[in-house]
Formats: sequence, C-alpha cells, structure tokens
Amino acid sequence: MIKVELIKLLRRPRTWISVVLTCALPLMVAIFVAVTHLVPPPGQGSAFLSAVLQDGALYPAAALALVLPVFLPVAVAVVAGDSIAGEAAGGTLRYLLVRPVGRTRLLVAKLVSVLVYVLLVVLAVTFTAYATGVFLLGPSEAAAVGQAPGGAVPGGAAPGLAGQAPTAGQAAGGAVTSLSGAPLSLLQLTERTAGAIAFITVSMLGVAAIALFLSTITDSALGSALGALAALVASEVLVTLNAATVVQPYLPTRYWLAWIDFFRQPVFWRDIQRGFGIQALYVIVFLAAAWANFSTKDITA
Amino acid sequence: MIITRALVKRYGPVTAVRSVDLDVREGDRYGLLGPNGSGKTTLVRMLLGLVYATSGEIEVLGRRIPRHARQVLPQIGALIEEPAAYPHLSGRANLTLLDAAGPGGGTARRTRHQRVDEALEQVGLAGVGRRPVKAYSLGMRQRLGLAAALIRRPRLLILDEPGNGLDPRGIRDLRELLVELNESGVTIFLSSHLLAEVEQLCTRVGVLDEGRLVLQDDLATLRAPTGRIVVETPDGEQAAALLDGQVERRDGQQLLVRYSDAAALNARLVGAGLRVSSIGPQQRTLEEIVLAVTGTGSDHIGGTA
Repeated sequence: MIKVELIKLLRRPRTWISVVLTCALPLMVAIFVAVTHLVPPPGQGSAFLSAVLQDGALYPAAALALVLPVFLPVAVAVVAGDSIAGEAAGGTLRYLLVRPVGRTRLLVAKLVSVLVYVLLVVLAVTFTAYATGVFLLGPSEAAAVGQAPGGAVPGGAAPGLAGQAPTAGQAAGGAVTSLSGAPLSLLQLTERTAGAIAFITVSMLGVAAIALFLSTITDSALGSALGALAALVASEVLVTLNAATVVQPYLPTRYWLAWIDFFRQPVFWRDIQRGFGIQALYVIVFLAAAWANFSTKDITA
Repeated sequence: MIITRALVKRYGPVTAVRSVDLDVREGDRYGLLGPNGSGKTTLVRMLLGLVYATSGEIEVLGRRIPRHARQVLPQIGALIEEPAAYPHLSGRANLTLLDAAGPGGGTARRTRHQRVDEALEQVGLAGVGRRPVKAYSLGMRQRLGLAAALIRRPRLLILDEPGNGLDPRGIRDLRELLVELNESGVTIFLSSHLLAEVEQLCTRVGVLDEGRLVLQDDLATLRAPTGRIVVETPDGEQAAALLDGQVERRDGQQLLVRYSDAAALNARLVGAGLRVSSIGPQQRTLEEIVLAVTGTGSDHIGGTA
C-alpha cells in the first residue's frame, strides 16, 4: 500500500508544481541578492542570509530558512490535509477500503507518503539552493556566517566575525565559519546540513499529523489544510507572547528554528533534542486520534 | 451468500435501515428495489464494511461482516454509488493502482497486467484504457467502475445503481455482461430504482421502503400467472356474451377472463367465429407488485418469503 501511495504522490502534477514553486522562492531571492549585493545586516532578516554573499555554499541553509516559516508548512498541510479527505471527496476512498485496504494501513501509508513528500521538497530546495549559491553568489570569500536572528538562538554562544580571516582565499567548498566563529570543514558542513534537513523534515511531521487527523474528520481537503495552518498560526502567536510562557515548551512551532543550532561549533543539542521530542509527541497524539476516529467511522462519502 | 438478521442502522435521530432480513442465495441475480432515500445505499455500505451497523448481524459468503471483512472482501467486486477514479491518470493506471492496493498486490506483474486488460476488455474499454479518466464520458466512467469491480474475478458482485449514466446500448451491454457472469457462477446483488432494469435482469427481488424490507421473493413466483387470461378482440361484445360469467372486466377491446388455459380459450373464441388480436395469461408487472407493497403505509410484510 505504501508503494501505491508513493506512486500516486509522484504521478500527481500538484506534487511537482509545489516542489518547483518552493524552490523558486530562494532562487528569486538569490537573484536579487546577486544583482544588488544587498543583504540584511547580521542579526536581522532571514537566518544566514547575511552570510551568503561571503560564501554561496551556505545558501542551502539560507534557502531552508526562507521556505520554513510559510512555504513548507503550507505545502505539507495541503498534502496531508488532502490525504484522506481528498480520497473521500473524490469517491476513491470507499473503493480503496473495499479492496480491501485496512484503515490503519491506509493511514500509515498516507503518513509515509507525506514524509517522503517533505523530504522531496527539502532536498529539492537544498540542492537547487546549493547550485544557485555557488553559481550566482560565488565561492567563499570572507566566510563568516554572521548572526542568526537573535530571538531564535536563546543561549547560543556569542556570534561574531572573528573567524573570517583564516579561511579567506580558499576555494569554494573550503572551510566556512560556524555561527560560533570556529571554522567548519566541508564534511562538517555536509553533515550539519543533513542534520538540519532531518530536523526540518521531522518538524513538518507535527503539522502533517494535525492535518492528517483533521483529514479523517472532514471530507473537505481545504478545510483540513486550513485547520492545520490555523493551529500553526496560533502556535506562532503564542511563541512570541510573553504571557504564554507556560505553554511555550509544548507548542509545535516552538523549536522549529532549532536546526540553526546545527551550524554552531560545537552543535548546540538541547533545543534540537527538544524539537525532536515535541514533534514525536504531536505525531503520536494526532496519529492516535486520527486512527481512533478513522477506524470507527462510517464511510458515507 | 448474503444474510442479514434484524439489521438496523441509525444516523443520529434518523433510522436509515430498520430490521432488514436480507437473504441472497448463491447463483441469484438479486435486485434490491426502492425509491431514492429508502436505505439501499446504506444497506450496501454495511454489507461491505464501510458503514457499521447499529444492531443486527451481517453474514457475507458465510462469514461475519465487519469482523471478517479482510477475508471476505477480496472475493467481492463492488460498485458503490458513482464510480470513482483519479482523473489525471489513465483508466488503465487507475485499475493497476487499485489492483496493487489490496492484498495480493505482490502478484506477478504479468498476471496483474493480464487481469487489468481482461477487465477493460469485458466492459468494452479496451481501446481507451490509456486515455486519462478526466476525458471519459459518464458512461465510460461507469464502465471503468465496473471493470474495477471485475479485476479480482469475484464470486459475488455488489453493484449499487450500476445502470447510472449508461445509454440504452450501455444498459443492454451491462445486462448481457451480468447475465454472462452469472451463468459462469457469479452471484449478483444489485440495487436500483429502475424497475424495468431489474425486471429484465433479476431472478429475485427485494423491495426496500423507508428502511424496511417490505418484500423479498423470486421474481418468477411474484409474476406467476394469476389464473386470468387477457384477451384483445374487436368483437368484445360477442365474446362477453359467449363467456358469460367468466369475464371479470371489460375495457373496450380488452377482456380479463377467468380461465386456466389461454390456448383452449383461444380455440373456443375462434371456433365461435370471433376475431382475436392477442391473447395470453395475465401477469402482474413488477411495477404493480412494487406499488402494491410500497403504496400505502409501510407495513412489514415479512423478510423471508
């Protein structure tokens, strides 16, 4: 069943259109930056963007930071929200279930296909951004990563520009500088980008689980996607609200930006671990709710 | 093949199916009749494990539903209300995906291709299987839905309104296909609100009215001769005089005569020099039968006849 779901995912035009559009945003930003050489000063604007003029190889990280807040969750909510509700609205759900495909199996297959979709988007963004960065923004000049947005790195080591000199003049793919100032080798950069990709993918699973749950409640794909996005917006509002400190550790978007900590030297694990933990919690709770609802539901669509 | 006992389904305050005792036997071509909203679709969905019964029992192919749905459903082909397919994929791709989705999806690729080809052939879609479904007409979609039901070579076909969207030729093709399948051993259970369709195809009928099964019997029994002969003759006056006392009703040229044998009556009329344009035993039409049981009120006339 998982194979069937993957074939359906990959043969659907929507999948590829959304991948292309998601990759287009960082490309557009790169073109503007390359032409104007204007970037936000360190510590402001999107994470890593201030550093990409010094080293195009850092652009994948900057690109991920660009698509993470809106593009990626929207795409994931749409795909996951459509998963059951879309089949119900299209009438294909009842035919799948009488094949028979077990209801639990169908849910798991849907979640796996959403996971694959997220990976697909994130990897596509990473690779196109790497190519964009190297070709448009050029190789490492004075590689300093600068500072990620202040609020996003609580407890992070003091960033600075101290490390820029040692790596200057190296070819593209040479050492770049971590947020903490110490240099990163190409291998380290690759490892940490892979870590960031994994973390971002997992971060999206919470959204996916919420959308999947809503998808089993309604026959409207749009309704479940918007419901999941509403939950995310609510979470984002509460994350910045001092009065809501009590609940903040449990909000799905609380640790979304923790992947930036992969680019510190050494890696700052605390928030990353918490981020994995909170996403696991959301996946378990909402998948269980989706299962409980879906497996006892009358299929009247 | 299909047995239900005191089957009830309530949706909140609405009772869609009220204590239905269905009995479909192996080899039947069973037609479930009833106006829209009489509970046909709910009943069909319960048989397939899509909707859970509020109370009562369901047994399909000798096993309980929904508990043993996993074992039973692979032997059933189903069409539930409208057919459905992924519009951007071809008819073929749709069938292949659906076939791979169920158990036994790991069957050799060749066998599966062959199965899909055969199903498309059976419903007359062999030529257009590669076109995307969004380019299909309503009738073609219906045929594709039927092909999907046939892929697994089922022992039992459960078809909800299979004639929907088909043109007269399509309906005839469907009837021929279903009769052919039935003769090769497939039991057919279909629901319809079209009396003529059921009358021409089915061997056994059930009538659902406001969620109750108000009639269930063999069509041959229901339509057994009534012991009356319908005679058409331009010489109605003389015929009535000749058969004095045996004529139940006279309506212009048509007479309803209490008489056991049409041929003997014909000989008698002709022998007396009367012209007969047509003569034959009276049979109630399915329409009359159904209207008689659903017309007034909805008294429960017994589940098993």
